[in-house]
Amino acid sequence: MSGHNHIMPFATNLKVFIGLVSLTVFTVWSAKTIDLGRNGNLILAMAIASVKGSLVLLWFMHLKGDSKTNQVIIGSTVFFLALLFGIVYSDLFFR
Amino acid sequence: MHKVDRRVTHSHHFTSSDQEHEAGKQGTWFFMATEVMMFGVLFCGYFMYRFKYPDAYVVGGELLNWKLGAANTLVLLLSSLTMALAVRETQLGNNAKAMKLVVVTTLCAVFFMVVKYFEYSGKIHAGLFPGAWAPIPEYMDKINAIVAQHGLENFKLENLRLFLVVYFIMTGLHGIHIVIGIGLMFWLMKRLKNNEFSKEYYTAVEGVGLYWHIVDLIWIYLFPLMYLM
Repeated sequence: MSGHNHIMPFATNLKVFIGLVSLTVFTVWSAKTIDLGRNGNLILAMAIASVKGSLVLLWFMHLKGDSKTNQVIIGSTVFFLALLFGIVYSDLFFR
Repeated sequence: MHKVDRRVTHSHHFTSSDQEHEAGKQGTWFFMATEVMMFGVLFCGYFMYRFKYPDAYVVGGELLNWKLGAANTLVLLLSSLTMALAVRETQLGNNAKAMKLVVVTTLCAVFFMVVKYFEYSGKIHAGLFPGAWAPIPEYMDKINAIVAQHGLENFKLENLRLFLVVYFIMTGLHGIHIVIGIGLMFWLMKRLKNNEFSKEYYTAVEGVGLYWHIVDLIWIYLFPLMYLM
């Protein structure tokens, strides 16, 4: 029995959590005080959410350092999601 | 049926405990992929209607209490931390410590659902549930005030109803995931109590952890989209 233990240090877990909380505060603060227009604020909020999502995926879910197969599974999910959004919105905007 | 004690050995159709663990984890990742695709379609719909009826989304967002949404976000992030730590303690062989962390995770999940209950019941009593649509006068005043404040000339009440369909479906499906998560936590508690996990076998804790983090990840996107935008 060896190898499959990727034990993440306590401090790393805590740092990821602090990062997530800080970014949540930044999300609320930026939405309430910075005016980039409705679409500008939307893009900013989604960008922050994606950074938070990456923190969760890579560290809390241990995708960083996980097997190549699992990385490909989630990578291809993101690809197909992009395909879904791309085709739907190209139809919506350029019809 | 013969039950395999995975602390001692692996199921006969695997060549090693490592292989069994990897297979189990990979299956969970595939499941997570389907979860992301399922919610992905709903997010796709959210943006579609948002681009078509932006005014309804302004009003809808302002009708929700962002402070409750933010509180729920923080609680869910905390539960993700305690879940990640529970996986860590199980990996280290400390079932008793992992048990406490799973209990905290469950309490966070229950807190989330209690807040959601108050949010939902408030909306339903105000007549804003799409299936029983009858906004009470008090809320109509609120809606009209928001419309006037933002100068939303193209606002139509039926589009607000559409926003609330999107809101209830997306947060509702997410809420169902939280409730299922609570069930899974109780399953883990039972197994942790029986000391069923060890440094060699912790696949179930890790799997529930992955599920819980995906539920958190979806909320990370839902919170700004529903409450702040």
